[in-house]
Amino acid sequence: MLKFFRKEKPDRPIKDKKPSADRGILVFENTSEVIQAENILKRSGWRVRVMGPPPEIQSGCDLVIEFPLIEELNILRELRHAHISPLAVVPVTAPLLAPVDLFHTKDFGDYLMVRAANMKITVAKNSLKIVNISGGGCPDVPFLAQEMVGKTLAEAPRPRDLGHTLCGYALDLAYEELCRKC
Amino acid sequence: MLGIVGTVPDLQFPLTHGSVRLVDGCLQIKDRDLPVNRGTPALLAAAVKASEWLDSPQIHAFLVGDIGKGDGSRELYQFLTQHLSEFHFEVLTFHYLQPDVDWHNRVLFAIETMEPRPILIADAGFMYAAKMSGQAPCYDFFTPDVGELAFLADESAPHPFYTRGFILHEDNKVPDLIQRAYRYGNAAKYLLVKGQPDYIATEKQIAATVDHPCYDAMEAIGGTGDTLTGLLTVLCGAGFKPVEAAVLAAMTNRWTGHYADHNPATQIGDLIDKIPQALTAVLAQSFPNRSPPKS
Repeated sequence: MLKFFRKEKPDRPIKDKKPSADRGILVFENTSEVIQAENILKRSGWRVRVMGPPPEIQSGCDLVIEFPLIEELNILRELRHAHISPLAVVPVTAPLLAPVDLFHTKDFGDYLMVRAANMKITVAKNSLKIVNISGGGCPDVPFLAQEMVGKTLAEAPRPRDLGHTLCGYALDLAYEELCRKC
Repeated sequence: MLGIVGTVPDLQFPLTHGSVRLVDGCLQIKDRDLPVNRGTPALLAAAVKASEWLDSPQIHAFLVGDIGKGDGSRELYQFLTQHLSEFHFEVLTFHYLQPDVDWHNRVLFAIETMEPRPILIADAGFMYAAKMSGQAPCYDFFTPDVGELAFLADESAPHPFYTRGFILHEDNKVPDLIQRAYRYGNAAKYLLVKGQPDYIATEKQIAATVDHPCYDAMEAIGGTGDTLTGLLTVLCGAGFKPVEAAVLAAMTNRWTGHYADHNPATQIGDLIDKIPQALTAVLAQSFPNRSPPKS
């Protein structure tokens, strides 16, 4: 998968948040597994967050799941039952990159567009039909657009179920925000 | 020849390269048909349409199916590292590819073996990898939208998804973000920033802005950034100087929206159809007393 975090610029400053000694991260092979694991753990009520891995993590993809370390055994058991195994479980010792949490909304009258990071999704207000998806640069974006455009918010598959990359994940955030607004 | 590298959202689409034609609104490469939607097919369709109208060099595409798992992109990267030196391109444009810094660096190394070295344009996923590689200044053009410009301006963000809020915030002015992207070495020699207005910038200055005609709704239409990059590719290959090519591309892209009588639900194919009309108007306006340069 993506390998941004193990390449050049290892000394670049990262997120301002302080590390928490009681948190750990689950490292997975690819973004699809992260999304599946997040779905399972959130559904079961675990207090987990999807974050960016610290630069020293040399394996896995560009999303990790932050979780309460004390619950490691329970969480691993739950994931094992779902046949998902993290590549590694690591205590948090450095600040983690946080996903984008700013949304921009544009009202076109009959249409409403929401942008999260580099992804934009637009619906017709009267029918809630997704009329366009734009932005992004990872190869699942055209695929997600192909699967979602022309369907209503309720009918369309969720980006988190079909996407494989950070762009797909960003589109899911935009989709969630749009659902909240409609 | 003009080279365009990217992916198509179809896992069954094998690695294919060759000349591209546009027949009845459908792309044809080798014996394969490719529907024109957003993404690299939209870029290609715009480029073919403009190239036919300008009678400029043929478009040669390198394509593979990839829906985000990255397997197709890696296969294509490998092919490029092995075969790029066999091709001669005036312009080489990279588009929707799984961002991978290792593979990016190997492809860039292969480009250095090309003689002559093509004008290099990076957009979408390949631009993300180019930025993270620290090799952005090796490129002639990056074509970000404003959200992606914020990512280029954030020296610590490995992907637009992690752009820090204080940079992403709406109050940040595009010229400041451009300056910040150059300060950290994260911009190509020229930036064509898609927005309102479109900015064409170098490290030293904002070289031009394009704000007419102004249509907010084009931001919502998936593929308008892709068509802009396709137009830029062709105009660079047609002999226009970089800033001139970027201005003409931005103007033409805007005029396609005008002629298509678009709204936020318009699909990109409708705009691509209007490229000849838009190019005619823009070139007549820009070169009232002379013919535009031909390749």
